[in-house]
Amino acid sequence: MNLEEAKEILPPKLYNQLKTEISNLSLSESQKEKIIEEVIKAYKSSLVEPGEAIGVIAAQSISEPATQLTMRTYHVAGSVQVQVTLGLPRLIEIFDARREPSTPSMKIYLKKSYDTKEKAAEISRLIKEIRIKDIADEVIIDLVNNAVEININNSLMKHYDLTINKIVKKLEELLPKFKISNKENKIVIKSDSEEIDIKELQKLRTKVIDLYISGIKNIKQVIVSQENDRWVLNTVGSNLKDILNVNGIDISSIKTNNIHEIYEVLGIEAARNAIIEEASSTMRDQGLDVDIRYIMLVADMMTVDGDIKPIGRYGVAGAKGSVLARANFEETIKHLTHAAVVADEDRLESVVENVMINQIVPVGTGMFELLYKPKKKEKA
Amino acid sequence: MVSIIKKIEFKLISPQEAKKLAVMEVTKSDLYDNDGFPVEGGPMDPRLGVIDPGLKCRTCGLTMEGCLGHFGYIELVKPVIHVLYANYIYKLLKITCRKCSRIMTKKVTQPKKCPYCGEEQIPIKFEKPYTFIEGENILNPLQIRERFEKIPDEDLKDLKFLGGRPEWLILTLFLVPPVLVRPSITLETGERSEDDLTHKIVDILRINQRLKESIEIGAPDFIISDLWELLQYHVATFFDNSLVGIPTSRHRSGRPLKTLADRLRTKEGRFRHNLAGKRVNFAARTVISPDPFISIDEVGVPLVVAKDLTIPVYVTKNNIEFIKTLILNPSWPSANYIIRPDGRKKKITDENREEIAKEIAPGYIVHRHLQNGDIVLFNRQPSLHRVSMMAHRVRVTPWRTFTLNICTCPPYNADFDGDEMNLHVLQNEEARAEAALLMAVPKHIRSPRYGGPLIGAEHDHVSGLYSLTKDGTEVSRETALQLLFEIGVEVELPNKNKFTGKEIFSYLLPKDLNIEFKSKSGVKTVIKNGKLIEGVIDANAIGREKGKIIDILEKEYGTEEVHKFIDRVSKLGIKWLEKLGFTIGLDDFEIVSKENEEKINSIIENGKKEVEKLIEIYKKGELECLPGRTAKETVEVRIMQIVSGIINSVRKVIEDSGVFEKENCAIMIAKSGARGSLLHLIQIAGAVGQEQSLGERIHRGYTGRTLSHFKENDLSLDAHGFVGSSFKTGLKPYEFFFDAVSGRGSLMDKSLRTRHSGYLERRLMNALQDLKVEYDGTIRDNRKIIVQFNFGEDGIDPSKSNWGTIDIKSIVQKFVK
Repeated sequence: MNLEEAKEILPPKLYNQLKTEISNLSLSESQKEKIIEEVIKAYKSSLVEPGEAIGVIAAQSISEPATQLTMRTYHVAGSVQVQVTLGLPRLIEIFDARREPSTPSMKIYLKKSYDTKEKAAEISRLIKEIRIKDIADEVIIDLVNNAVEININNSLMKHYDLTINKIVKKLEELLPKFKISNKENKIVIKSDSEEIDIKELQKLRTKVIDLYISGIKNIKQVIVSQENDRWVLNTVGSNLKDILNVNGIDISSIKTNNIHEIYEVLGIEAARNAIIEEASSTMRDQGLDVDIRYIMLVADMMTVDGDIKPIGRYGVAGAKGSVLARANFEETIKHLTHAAVVADEDRLESVVENVMINQIVPVGTGMFELLYKPKKKEKA
Repeated sequence: MVSIIKKIEFKLISPQEAKKLAVMEVTKSDLYDNDGFPVEGGPMDPRLGVIDPGLKCRTCGLTMEGCLGHFGYIELVKPVIHVLYANYIYKLLKITCRKCSRIMTKKVTQPKKCPYCGEEQIPIKFEKPYTFIEGENILNPLQIRERFEKIPDEDLKDLKFLGGRPEWLILTLFLVPPVLVRPSITLETGERSEDDLTHKIVDILRINQRLKESIEIGAPDFIISDLWELLQYHVATFFDNSLVGIPTSRHRSGRPLKTLADRLRTKEGRFRHNLAGKRVNFAARTVISPDPFISIDEVGVPLVVAKDLTIPVYVTKNNIEFIKTLILNPSWPSANYIIRPDGRKKKITDENREEIAKEIAPGYIVHRHLQNGDIVLFNRQPSLHRVSMMAHRVRVTPWRTFTLNICTCPPYNADFDGDEMNLHVLQNEEARAEAALLMAVPKHIRSPRYGGPLIGAEHDHVSGLYSLTKDGTEVSRETALQLLFEIGVEVELPNKNKFTGKEIFSYLLPKDLNIEFKSKSGVKTVIKNGKLIEGVIDANAIGREKGKIIDILEKEYGTEEVHKFIDRVSKLGIKWLEKLGFTIGLDDFEIVSKENEEKINSIIENGKKEVEKLIEIYKKGELECLPGRTAKETVEVRIMQIVSGIINSVRKVIEDSGVFEKENCAIMIAKSGARGSLLHLIQIAGAVGQEQSLGERIHRGYTGRTLSHFKENDLSLDAHGFVGSSFKTGLKPYEFFFDAVSGRGSLMDKSLRTRHSGYLERRLMNALQDLKVEYDGTIRDNRKIIVQFNFGEDGIDPSKSNWGTIDIKSIVQKFVK
């Protein structure tokens, strides 16, 4: 057998490995052939067998080490990194397919030409979400003039590359019903209508404090660090869609831990890969070894219908084909009454249903029947 | 012939069908008459089935075993809503026209106008659990029923309402479940205690009767509507007694009644407790203890257990003599009872042994004692993965506990601090064959989770082998013979008087084994043609998870070979340590010289000073904050950096002193990877280090300080859990306290975590349980939807792989040489 034939049989990764291994050594043709045959034999003998209850093994292989995962939520103290949820809570979060992770975070690498400390710092300033409270020394209510005053901190404003005029313009856009004027570093917001009571001023003040001025929404913080000779921006908060428009970032290696965001921006296949990557790195960080194929299976099960479904009552487990399996899991009564109303039927094609009625489970050695029927012994 | 259930259909039952199903009308609310006999026409009428053994059913004539019971019915004077379907009734009401009863829309929102007859609709409100309000008026069940009756069948079809007519959701006829569903218990005093359901049925009957009478005498409307409401309440709580919005129905004693829905749901309900979980016979449970000298696939079974657990054997021409000797044997191995061809059981006693031995003939089944070599299943809870239940071969022992080889502890996660395990005896040939071929311990040496060995040499085995195979170990001919004999190796020893440990170990290896790998301590280990030439055997060679030799033997020589190897290697390790005398004491930890002790102390002192300087800067407010951190957080981060620096330098001092080259028992244990690590040695001999709680230094305690030993707002190392002492010299009181804090922290974390991970497991299992590999290699669920075309994109089964892949390198190397 030669390499060409092996290519047909072996998965690409193994084939490439085999190819490099062989080409690294000077071997005779017959030796090569023997090696290829041996590898193919090894590959074929390690394939999954039909009937294997692979789902159950996957569930076991993930949840058995999950008992060993720590509940400790944050990073080991002593590191300067962004705090990210880890361990069991993170794993549960991934499988629950939460819309928003409890600690959204991004990792942004830079294009080659931007890969310097200065540029990294510049971009970090550019993308950080800026609200009034980030650049104001104080926001006060002027009772005499019935206005709200913002005292801008000059150095902070310059740090974030803003000018008073820019801020005023933005405020005019955001607060169309108010008159906005500025005196040096003071911005005054006045209502169009003269009558405005204190309550409303209070409301206005809290609103103003939290007004979004520039940067990218949801990026609450950016920490610049160096990793393997590359500058990395670690963010608190995630906004994949808007980050992609920023100049100078390396789009191909950008990372976020918000799986739903990946799904919305890049599609379901990307989301699947994100689930796999997030779940397996959560396990790996804790020093637990779980074969990636099981995590792939869970990710595929979550994404098989084209959107992200959580593992649990409102997702995958609630959408099972079998009435009894659903009733067994959670909300027993709901599933039974629903089945009666829509005249559902249980075809008893998988595990729990058959356990319930004491029949052989059609998995593994219970998947088939014997074709051979022994002849009936004639009664003597 | 056992019939097979192909499918189960779920439908609504119509009043007509229900009436047909029932055998009688229940009219009287009394249960028993004065003589204690059940009242005819009452809820305990004998026509509804029998619950007393020996009596025959009045309807079908069968006894308690055969009769499943029969339904009765109650004609409800006024219809009531079936609470469990109240949501469906609400949904239907909203989209049904109040005039023409056509389904107006498929949406959930109520339209303003009927598109068919143009009738204005009045908004309908649903007050849980069973009140419907249209505008201002309460819709009574009769009105709802009228509307539903007129809904055309085609409209229902469009809605996928296929289980029956919607008016059937409003009950006019109440089905009384058979007595077998609600058996009464006779207390010791002779008093009868009725089931909760019976109580509820009595309530319904009483109110129904009163309502009927009230209507007949023409009672005022409010009385009738009150009684109607009460009837609705009782029927509702009959179905579900944990409804929100109405009071739970209670027993006379104040205990809430457990009615139909409560019987099904929750972990203790019918589904999870009785249907998905089953009880079995032929099982035993007792404490486990270790026995390093039985094989890994054996289990020691106490004689008393073996005498009680039985295996059914069909008597044939070929085995009749063997069975007769068993029956005649007064002690183990014998038999407990026989089953005659007509199905009758007969117990074997000392009196009737000979009689029975004469009686048996082909066609009889004899339940014989458990014997050595029988295949049984062995299990330890929690059964988290498939290796929590494996097949073992029985070895009957005179003791009182199950015994198992220590190498098989990891898959079960068992230890011997009082753990109990379960044993199941398989009852037919098919099961035994499957267990022996698929579930036997040697078949599960490779973990399905990561594709590496899960079973391997454990603590003493590893340190024993390390000590035996390290350079310079030599044994006399006698010792060599003794060792090899004890582990069951039969070889002719070459004619010499001294043998190296490496030579002895080599007798365990197959003759054509060639490998090279790095041992735990970094030394290269070489095995050529089944001979250990260089290096030592340690955890990287034979240990669990990492054992290279076990890995290769499993893959290339098959399960039988590894099985043999693990048995022998573990025995060799133990036997060698017995010969050697292997023990640790306090002086094994005298590894830090006076000089180095001072060095360590000065490192710690310097560290403390550094921290003090830092705190001073912080208190002055001059500390530069790390990005995204407050000053307080920054100082913590910086202190932790200093602490890890201290620990690293302490380690360096001890490592550089060269103590790890001088080997004593304690160091050997750590170095071979048998147990513990260098870190533990440093904690014992050098300094314990920083204690943590919740991933931080310890901060909890009194206001501003951890313990009364310290001043308020003291941020120094000592005050927040830094332990500078070593376990050997002993901890200061506050250090001891901090150690306890972090110990308790991890204990709590562990016990709180199991709850979460248990639920995660249940959810994952429910989501994935019906995925299986089809004959075409695809992975599908029970709807036959393809989830993956090829498992894990390459179809490799991790439990048959080499750490999830194929070891091409070693295959190539085999051919190159």
